[in-house]
Amino acid sequence: MSQSWIGERAKRLEDKALLTGQGRFVDDIDLPGTLEAAFVRSPHPHAEIRSIDTTAAMALPGVHAVFTHAEILPALTTNYIPHDHKDWAFPETSRPVVIPEKEVCFAGEALAMVVADSRYVAEDAVALVEVDYEPLPAVSDCRKGAEPDSPTVHRDAPNNVVTEFYTEYGDCETAFKQAPHVFKLSMKQHRGGAHSIEPRGTLARYDSESDALTVWTTTQKPYPMRNGLVELLGMDEHRVRVIVPDVGGGFGGKNLLHSEDAMVAVAAVLMKRPVKWIEDRREHFVAAIQERDQYWDVEVAVDAEGYLQGIRGTIIHDQGAYTLLALHVPHNSSIAVPGPYVLPNYQIFTRVIETNRVGSIPVRGAGYPEGNFAMERLLDEVSTRLGMDRAEVRRRNLIPAEKMPFELPMKTREHTPIVYDSGDFPGCQRRAIEAADYAGFPKRQAKALEEGRYRGIGVANMVKVTGRGPFESALVRVGRSGRVMVYTGAMPMGQGTKTTLCQICAGHLGVAPEDILIVTADTAGVPHGIGGYGSRQAVTAGNAVHLAAIEVRKKALKVASHMLEASEEDMTIEEGEVRVKGAPGLSVSLRDVARALSGVKGFDKPGDLSPSLESTIDFMPPDVTYGNACHVVEVEVDIGTGDVEILKYVVVNDSGRLINPTIVEGQLHGGVAHGIGNALFEWMGYDENAQPVVTTFAEYLLPTATEVPNIEVIHHEFPSTLNPLGIKGVGEAGTIPAAAAIISAVENALTPLGVRVHEAPISPARLVELIQASRAGNSSQPTDIN
Amino acid sequence: MTESRKISMTVNGTRHDIEVATRTTLADCLRHQLRLTGTHLGCEHGVCGACTVLYNDHSVRSCLMLAVQADGASITTVEGLAQNDGQLHPLQQAFHDHHGLQCGFCTPGILMTLAEFLKENPEPSEAEVREAIAGNLCRCTGYQGIVAAALDAAAQMGSNGKGNGT
Repeated sequence: MSQSWIGERAKRLEDKALLTGQGRFVDDIDLPGTLEAAFVRSPHPHAEIRSIDTTAAMALPGVHAVFTHAEILPALTTNYIPHDHKDWAFPETSRPVVIPEKEVCFAGEALAMVVADSRYVAEDAVALVEVDYEPLPAVSDCRKGAEPDSPTVHRDAPNNVVTEFYTEYGDCETAFKQAPHVFKLSMKQHRGGAHSIEPRGTLARYDSESDALTVWTTTQKPYPMRNGLVELLGMDEHRVRVIVPDVGGGFGGKNLLHSEDAMVAVAAVLMKRPVKWIEDRREHFVAAIQERDQYWDVEVAVDAEGYLQGIRGTIIHDQGAYTLLALHVPHNSSIAVPGPYVLPNYQIFTRVIETNRVGSIPVRGAGYPEGNFAMERLLDEVSTRLGMDRAEVRRRNLIPAEKMPFELPMKTREHTPIVYDSGDFPGCQRRAIEAADYAGFPKRQAKALEEGRYRGIGVANMVKVTGRGPFESALVRVGRSGRVMVYTGAMPMGQGTKTTLCQICAGHLGVAPEDILIVTADTAGVPHGIGGYGSRQAVTAGNAVHLAAIEVRKKALKVASHMLEASEEDMTIEEGEVRVKGAPGLSVSLRDVARALSGVKGFDKPGDLSPSLESTIDFMPPDVTYGNACHVVEVEVDIGTGDVEILKYVVVNDSGRLINPTIVEGQLHGGVAHGIGNALFEWMGYDENAQPVVTTFAEYLLPTATEVPNIEVIHHEFPSTLNPLGIKGVGEAGTIPAAAAIISAVENALTPLGVRVHEAPISPARLVELIQASRAGNSSQPTDIN
Repeated sequence: MTESRKISMTVNGTRHDIEVATRTTLADCLRHQLRLTGTHLGCEHGVCGACTVLYNDHSVRSCLMLAVQADGASITTVEGLAQNDGQLHPLQQAFHDHHGLQCGFCTPGILMTLAEFLKENPEPSEAEVREAIAGNLCRCTGYQGIVAAALDAAAQMGSNGKGNGT
């Protein structure tokens, strides 16, 4: 094969347009005659809608339409938002709808839409829509919602329990009876919203001449979005095209077909004018998605040497007002606990409870950070209580390298076995603690303490499922122009996916990555696909491109062999030509090979080949593949202000074979930054009536450049055994153990004060509270920070 | 309600005499009236910094200003950063070289913030760079590539004797 670009730190193909202001995000698309939409949103966490009067809004100059359920529903085949699962397995009241008719169940829920000449006018008109609400009792805290006498989130629901389930194996009862030590912890975990810097947005255009709807949108899943619109609008698939232009980050916030997207599409069809909606940040706070709250009550059984015997307990998970994406978060949390450790017995009871808050679905990490946090806090508890070193307790319990592949006695959420395909977890931790000079830390800590400064170090290990199937698509084609083109269902939102995929393709066809034209996330490009979530695209789309490019290469060699009367083994593809090795001048261009296969007459070619120099592959990984990492972080805590400064952050990460190490490192840096937010800053607050109290970036703190340190990344490369390229996903890897490692370091720093931290995030104010409580001799078990 | 005024502003060296609704923000005017869509809106309340442009050479949040306030002013947006022949500004080149962007949505605001900063602080320390961009939110990069790029750009601009590239 020609020069391979795999493993190269190639510069990104995406950059130049984005750096010069020539990117094309959804709000940059300028279609003549576009109208703009704004939504009427409930100010009440729970209320009956008695009536909606749109007269005054309609009378405002520049307003073209006001849509309520009365106008939207006749245009839909169903009000239920289509879901990706075989059956709806949850209460009907929990099922998300495009537009509510009689009841709103969270503050921010959209119940009407104004379409006007401009967003300015549309927002004016929103204020003129008169809604007669009858406020109803609301559920804010999922623990209270779980109580039998709680008000209900939906009027017609008997209670707030979406579902309850056990995740278990082994025999906890015996293990806990026999273990010499049992330690118990109650933890409050909170994760905020997605907060891509580009908000959500959708632009829809209906062409009545061809009865075709085109939707430009920020969705992470273009094909499920297309399929959902097909179902909702009752249109044929080929009449609905979803195009995802440049997207300014996803992180889970753009995962779904949201009610706003559906309403904008309906408006475009009914009005026969392009209609655009661009979310503002406030809407992202009150109406997009969040991951939010989990309350863990767990206990761990260990033997005298600190070896795990069992973990058991309960999780109460805040599902929000609607079940937007099944049980992805609580299920992932419950199966993430064992992670890289040998845990012989396990039993978790998960209660999924509705609240009158925005529906909770995965944000980067998808429930894994919570499961990881629970396990790592328990391991710290074991270390503290047994007086053992924290890294040593972990070392003893990590799955030994020689046990790989390692099967857990548990199933994935798709009910398939959980098998860690490759890796060396103890080696990963060893490298991390070496790089962080863990051995030298006690000296640094003691010296700092002499100076009145509180330093701590934290260690956390993780395993994360990546590369979820069932498939991703790629079409590799050499066009009539001779240009190599790649089409895929994959959906880039900042990960450099185009560069990665072009690097994979380039070597097979003897071109440079920048010579390739790549079309992503356009349903007109390939007939089916999925999109971006769950650290999946390098694995699924990467291997699809790889295999398709190999097929195209084979075909090109076969045709060229016939044309040049040379053996395929003697040929190579370089610089856009198929060449006979050692015979300068004896070559045929890929363009001519493509022409020969395109139906042009007069070419001498083998007769049994299918037309077009192309191949389409839907790569279906046989199983998910598991990445792993160890994070070590050193912090200093200002006990007066509660400020936590991160002094050193080491990541040793195994994401299998690297296509572009620079891009992988970028994913890890960003992932850790997100985890820093989860550990120290990001809090999506609601009051006791379920009213959101955090609606701006002044209140919701994202980590900035002064809080995120330089992160040292070391690649611990164990190729996956489950796909030809050996890739494991990395998009979420950096986030997962970050909060656990940082909180561990904070607690370690405050050991002299006896402070224990069993919650995240821990704001400076809350940390000061814990320090003061500890000094006053009070327990620092978590109290409610809501 | 939709009163409008005539204004004249120079954007990236080109003078625009336009009529603009008095309540239109500078960001919306640049993006939708002048079709300079490189300036992005991330929060519309002045915190994220994605909409940062230079107003008479000083960085401002274009989401917090009205277009009419820019009457008579000279505005530089990200589209005005590269040279006319397409040669990238040292900052743009350094962002490309150091993986200083991922989704690229916050990037224009950060470039404009740094363009002003490096003009005033041609030899910044890492801590000074971090402080300078602490008013710009990035969800993708963890800022590491951005900081490396800014330091490299400062070095490049210093060694080229340019001092600034705007």
